[in-house]
Amino acid sequence: MPSTPTERDPMTSSGPQTQPDEKPSAASGARTARGHSVVIKGLHAYYGQTHAVKGIDITFPANEVTAIIGPSGCGKSTMVRCINRMHEEIPHARAEGSVMLDEEDVYSPKIDVTTVRRAIGMVFQRPNPFPTLSIFDNVASGLKLAGMRGENMRERVHGALRAVGLWEEVKGRLNSPGVGLSGGQQQRLCIARAIAVEPEVILMDEPCSALDPVATLRVEELIDELKERYTIVIVTHNMQQAARVADTTAFMLDGEMIEHGPTSEIFTTPKDERTERYVTGKFG
Amino acid sequence: MESSVVNPRPRLLAPAPGARRRKAVNRGMEVLCTIAALLAVAVLLLVVISVLIKGAPAINLDFLTKNPVPFGQTGGGIADSIVGSAILIGLATLMSVPVGILIAIYTTEFARPAVSTVIRFCLDILNGVPTIVVGVFIFGLLVLGGAQSGWAGAVALAAVELPIVARSAQEVLELVPGSLREAALALGLKRWRVVLRIVIPTAAGGLITGAVLGVARVAGETAPLLFTSSIFSNFGLTTNPAQAMPNIPVTIFTLSESPSPQDHAQAWAAALVLILFVLLLSVTARTFHERSRSKLRS
Repeated sequence: MPSTPTERDPMTSSGPQTQPDEKPSAASGARTARGHSVVIKGLHAYYGQTHAVKGIDITFPANEVTAIIGPSGCGKSTMVRCINRMHEEIPHARAEGSVMLDEEDVYSPKIDVTTVRRAIGMVFQRPNPFPTLSIFDNVASGLKLAGMRGENMRERVHGALRAVGLWEEVKGRLNSPGVGLSGGQQQRLCIARAIAVEPEVILMDEPCSALDPVATLRVEELIDELKERYTIVIVTHNMQQAARVADTTAFMLDGEMIEHGPTSEIFTTPKDERTERYVTGKFG
Repeated sequence: MESSVVNPRPRLLAPAPGARRRKAVNRGMEVLCTIAALLAVAVLLLVVISVLIKGAPAINLDFLTKNPVPFGQTGGGIADSIVGSAILIGLATLMSVPVGILIAIYTTEFARPAVSTVIRFCLDILNGVPTIVVGVFIFGLLVLGGAQSGWAGAVALAAVELPIVARSAQEVLELVPGSLREAALALGLKRWRVVLRIVIPTAAGGLITGAVLGVARVAGETAPLLFTSSIFSNFGLTTNPAQAMPNIPVTIFTLSESPSPQDHAQAWAAALVLILFVLLLSVTARTFHERSRSKLRS
């Protein structure tokens, strides 16, 4: 790929966080401040014969962070992967039910799965930057490989890097390999890559479990900033993290949604006995 | 520590019973494994050194740049065979490497697991087919009723090279972590783009290694060429694949059958040229392999 010359930042800014909000991107028009909610009805997911997700109904409110908690193997990752239709990439896996984004069912046969994934982005447990691409090209990969070029693309990439707080750390070496960063930086790079395509929803599957506490804190701060522009669903094994970042928390057990509600309620006054036993650490 | 006479307590770090025998067995196995490894190296060295000793005297500039002389005369060289081999191997590689890599891409990225298993099985069988059978098959297909030709020879070599390249490309593509494909798909990229711009570049080093190994293998294949490109109508360099092309393996064979000791010396020299070429390719493949592995690991 042709190397992009690193350019001097034309705008002096008071803080990296203010940039994205001040610059409406010309290509997509002014970004709506209000995000989109996701409504799941009757979701079932199977791996072959195994019934992993057994009928989930839940709404993820717009511009909020919803945490999905539950013991290992309860189906939280599976459920989240059904939202952006990554579940069906696994051989012999299938999903039933509806996932509504902006009044359209992502499982509708009229809709192309790649447009679903552009609207619903995903960050994975282990940072997975593309090893053959530079930092710039990694963030641009969702754009460049879909045909975007030039000034527009460069703005988006720089904006994404600023939004995740990586800009100051990497602006001098945008052409160096993406895998040359530390674990926490790589994960923020992956988040930048996901938001560069400007999705409506960001799904995060245990994004901090491979990171050290300092990097984890940095990512959690980032999630708090990102929710102003996106709807965020985060799967987490770590209840304290859910308490720190989430507005709404949902508890899953054995493929079922046991309870969901405002985070403070789930942790202090859960309605279901199983929720209470899990959040007080009696199992899981 | 107190020790009772009735029930003496053993030293805490005393060796367990039978330890000495186990140690001896361990040492014995280490020695056996080392001998086996040295044997393998020794065989290689033996072959290379004996070809070197017997072949080096006949190697000179004339040998490498002149065509063979008519029977009875001395001198001459194998220039036509070198050129012929290069063309045959080149054509075979052009035919088999792209197809082999495409097969590998199909089985690892697009095919259903059942289909991919069947294809893998077929490739493994093809790998095991004796090359003389491949030669006879192509002979029946392309030579019978007509004449030998460089094209037939190239096709026969390609048939041997294809499963090697395809299998090794498959292994390399499977080494690309699934997390990379997932990340690319989750960005909303179409599958062919994921394969072309993410998977293949990541696997590029290994794909090249597989191709180079395929070339190294067919460089010395004789049986396929015996049936398809072994009867040369004229002395002289030819670059036209429509006729049978002289090549190093068949030349080694015919020279060694000749009664003349000069021809034998030339046969050894030709063998030396061939073995050096294969060694060079293998070292190149190894270097690429190391580089691509370190890239995937980082």
